[in-house]
Amino acid sequence: MTALTRLLLSTPFRLALIYMGAFMLAAGLTVGFIAWRANELLTTSVVETLRAEVVGLREQYQAGGPARLSAIIAERAADPGSSLYLLVDSAGQRAAGNLRQVPPELRDGAQRGVFTYIPQSGPAQGKPRVAVGVLFDVPGGLTLVVGREIEDLRRFAWTMGRLGLWSLIILSALGVGGGLLISRSVLRRIETVNDAARTIMAGDLSRRIPLKGSGDELDRLAESLNAMLSRIEELMGALREVSDNIAHDLKTPLNRLRNRAEAALRSSEGAGIYRDGLVKTIEEADELIKTFNSLLLIARLEGGAIAESMERLNPASIIADVAELYEPVADEAGLSLSVTAEQGLTLTANRELISQAVANLVDNAIKYSPDGRRANGAAPAAPISIVLKRVAQDIEIAVGDRGPGVAPEDRHRALQRFVRLEKSRSRPGSGLGLSLVAAVAHLHGGSIRLEDNAPGLCAILNLPVDGPNHAVPVLAGQLREH
Amino acid sequence: MRVLVIEDDRETAQFLQRSLRESGHNADVAGDGETGLAMARDGGYEVLIVDRMLPLRDGLSIVQTLRGEGTRTPVLILSALGEVDDRVKGLRAGGDDYLTKPYQYTELLARIEALARRPAPEQQETRYVVGDLVLDRLSHKVMRGGEPIVLQPREFRLLEYLMKHAGQVVTRTMLLENVWDYHFDPQTNVIDVHISRLRSKIDKSFAKPLLHTVRGAGYMIRDGSD
Repeated sequence: MTALTRLLLSTPFRLALIYMGAFMLAAGLTVGFIAWRANELLTTSVVETLRAEVVGLREQYQAGGPARLSAIIAERAADPGSSLYLLVDSAGQRAAGNLRQVPPELRDGAQRGVFTYIPQSGPAQGKPRVAVGVLFDVPGGLTLVVGREIEDLRRFAWTMGRLGLWSLIILSALGVGGGLLISRSVLRRIETVNDAARTIMAGDLSRRIPLKGSGDELDRLAESLNAMLSRIEELMGALREVSDNIAHDLKTPLNRLRNRAEAALRSSEGAGIYRDGLVKTIEEADELIKTFNSLLLIARLEGGAIAESMERLNPASIIADVAELYEPVADEAGLSLSVTAEQGLTLTANRELISQAVANLVDNAIKYSPDGRRANGAAPAAPISIVLKRVAQDIEIAVGDRGPGVAPEDRHRALQRFVRLEKSRSRPGSGLGLSLVAAVAHLHGGSIRLEDNAPGLCAILNLPVDGPNHAVPVLAGQLREH
Repeated sequence: MRVLVIEDDRETAQFLQRSLRESGHNADVAGDGETGLAMARDGGYEVLIVDRMLPLRDGLSIVQTLRGEGTRTPVLILSALGEVDDRVKGLRAGGDDYLTKPYQYTELLARIEALARRPAPEQQETRYVVGDLVLDRLSHKVMRGGEPIVLQPREFRLLEYLMKHAGQVVTRTMLLENVWDYHFDPQTNVIDVHISRLRSKIDKSFAKPLLHTVRGAGYMIRDGSD
């Protein structure tokens, strides 16, 4: 398809044509009507003038009889370029006037109207001219015709008509041209979108549709598409990150597992070593599976909504249940676990996921708290606090500990997958706990942030009361995060 | 116990069959959904182990069909899909328990044994007795050797579940799912600590322990004499 046919087939151009056609039709009708009415008006006004003149002539007739009328008509008819007169006697003979005969158009019927005549003198002698006339009978068998030439008016009207026609032609030419121009500019902008789409399909996910900056509907469309592309890129990035992480962090334990099995197999010391090797292999495999499951779960949470499994919950009871689950563990580690929960709140969320997120936070808090038993005997010196409260349209679940905390510059990194800050390398765990919490928060339209608990770390899970807003889940999540 | 394993991966199926036989059960294997459904219909099995993704007919459809025909044989659904929604779908289709691959054999064994011996709802007992330990489900009271034992509500539910499955291995995951209704892995061994608390209440001042740890599998409550 050539550029021209594409242009001619484009929607804006066709719309412009249709619009222009309708406009032309309306304009033509209006001009035609005006011309017709103007003609009518002019004719009528001429007829009125003629009537007045006829009334005058009748008075003359009444005052002076046929002779006077005839004289006056002869006198008036002699004035060059004015009205047309004709007085015919009962025998049909011309008595006076500058018309040769009673115009046939007036003789029968209307007795007034438009007629043509051929002037006998003057510059237009011999050429048919258009005039308006009135015919009436004068007592005594006389017939009087009074008329006025309207050739000039006709010419004027004709000129106006031609002018109107030309304007219509010029207007339609301008309309088609304008339509082409508009279509071209729209087409060009749509073509930039197409261009971007093709580049993106070819693999360059970072490409965006350029904005004109006018904020019009095409710009807004481009903005929406760009936001969609960003989300897709983000998801692709997450996917790539997962595979990178799998390659990096799962290969190492897999290799360890393999080495262990190989070492056991090579050993010649018999069943005991085999058994030991197998037990360790299974343990290692279990750990791998756990890590793998967490990774898959995070990827799935980040990938999409699970709206159907959201329900209205009482967050206080979720917190209480998790606290109850961990209380004995905390107690055994010499830590007190205190829960301060605002009652009467509701939350639209997935119970299982929120429970898991809170459990991860509490688990971390216990893991990183200093051992309370070593502090000073019976009194738990390092309390872990769980606080639930409502903040505007959100609920906040804050889990605080008295551990070493996280330096401000490391806090953002601590939420990423597999990131285990140097200090915690020695402790058990996959490094996925906080990123799982972040994924759960994101899925619910909320966020997780780390703060200083002075001393220690306070992890704050922020969740909107009404669940994720599905209209703008991505943007809302991102805005909250930053 | 006669078990039917409907699983299309031959190696997995053979592993299950061999392991179940070693555990003293009689296991048959069906390699696709249609064969599995036909064998399950012919009956005689006490437990069905059904993989979710099968050739010819998928696992959920087998369970739905059987339930539609009125077969009440307990079903354990095995699946690589372990998300919250998948589990709900599996149980809604008529499955009695749901286990995500990869699983430990001990976990699977404990679960099918629990399923097979599960009493019908109308036959549920109101009192559980193990040795001299008595749990009354109606009055929520626990006695051992005639002495009342005070338990927290969760400890009561924990003991109730263990006693309901007295003589059977109960895994940590089963406890987490049935007593706490959590289906995630809490990383730390929270269950062990709860068990040790419960143990200190019901076993500590008595000569004969009833609550036993089964190495590599879980826990079991039983009267030591049998």
